[in-house]
Amino acid sequence: MTFRVVHYINQFFAGIGGEEKAGEVLPELRQGVVGPGAALAAELKGQAEVVGTIICGDGYFAEHMEEATAKILELLNSCKPDILIAGPAFNAGRYGTACGAVCDAAAKQLGIPTVTGMYKENPGVDMYRKNTFIVSTADNARGIKEAVPTMAKLALKLLKKETVGLGPEEGYLERGVRRNYFLEETGAQRAAAMLAKKLRGEPFVTEYPMPVFDRVDPNPAVKDLKNATIALVTSGGICPKGNPDHIEASSATKYGEYDISSFAALSEADSETAHGGYDPTYANKEPNRVLPVDVLRDMEKEGVFKKLYDKYYTTVGNGTPVANAKRFGAEIGQKLKKDGVSAVILTST
Amino acid sequence: MVHICTIVPISLTVGANRIVPAVAIPHPLGDPSRTLEEEKVIRRKLVEKALRALQTEVSDQTVFAE
Repeated sequence: MTFRVVHYINQFFAGIGGEEKAGEVLPELRQGVVGPGAALAAELKGQAEVVGTIICGDGYFAEHMEEATAKILELLNSCKPDILIAGPAFNAGRYGTACGAVCDAAAKQLGIPTVTGMYKENPGVDMYRKNTFIVSTADNARGIKEAVPTMAKLALKLLKKETVGLGPEEGYLERGVRRNYFLEETGAQRAAAMLAKKLRGEPFVTEYPMPVFDRVDPNPAVKDLKNATIALVTSGGICPKGNPDHIEASSATKYGEYDISSFAALSEADSETAHGGYDPTYANKEPNRVLPVDVLRDMEKEGVFKKLYDKYYTTVGNGTPVANAKRFGAEIGQKLKKDGVSAVILTST
Repeated sequence: MVHICTIVPISLTVGANRIVPAVAIPHPLGDPSRTLEEEKVIRRKLVEKALRALQTEVSDQTVFAE
């Protein structure tokens, strides 16, 4: 039997027009292949047929995401597809986002496998890498010759329910999916072999890549401390006695916001730490050791700076996913900025 | 923002730009082997250093060790 493939492309690759048409082209279905679909069909080598092509303008999709997705799913479903292949979008941000969103919706609502292709820095990658297979492509359409065969090969594997290998082997961007398997050598042996390679200056591949942290430019210095409002933020888990918001002892999913406007200092009677992973004795006995409210209140009285901000923000920095921490930071930053806070002292345990 | 923390390499890895090294993981701004008054002096010095860091222009990650 021949598998049924539906291909999703934007207005540009459909030959309708460029940016000037991006907002005008509503989702439409054409029979058979359009544009890059011809190359895709050739690579499917008779084992799967491109039965239809769905076209949508990138601007229209971005501005009407819900309606466009619903309409595209309806058109897709009418083709009785076995798989959806979208793009490749290369480094086009809105096209990549549309490809990712359409693949995600097709997988969730129609239960079919999906494949797309993007340049690794396309914003659609981080949004949808977990929800679909995104083949790694060049940053421009000249890379189509390499992208299409890889996408077709992966699509055929998915259609035939063959085991899909790791991202670097199959040519897709890693999805953050873990699969357990057995190896002959123990972790200790593999780690020692890796270390030996490192010492010899030979190439080696880590089994556990570290997250990549982004960088921000330093803020300018505080010019007028005497008129500054200083806020306290901590990842040391200090919170009101009894941890009223149940901030988790590890892998925190939330942060707390607590009023200290009437506090001259914290004490063991009113505060404690929610933090797991370190001995909480010292923080519970004297919480100012982690969140120095006492000293800052003294300095505020002395006029070193104008005001200690009325609230403090707190979470637990213990196995906390970077994505959560990033969200906490963004939200806390917005609030502090809105309230005219000049600078923040962040304490960590 | 200034980051008062004990494990400076972590702070550097995650990208803090102004870093003040602290006392110890379970008590970054205190030292339970001292009296409470002595501890408060230590804490005050660390906070003063943090405020100095905030008032210092930096172009890259900077550890305010002393």
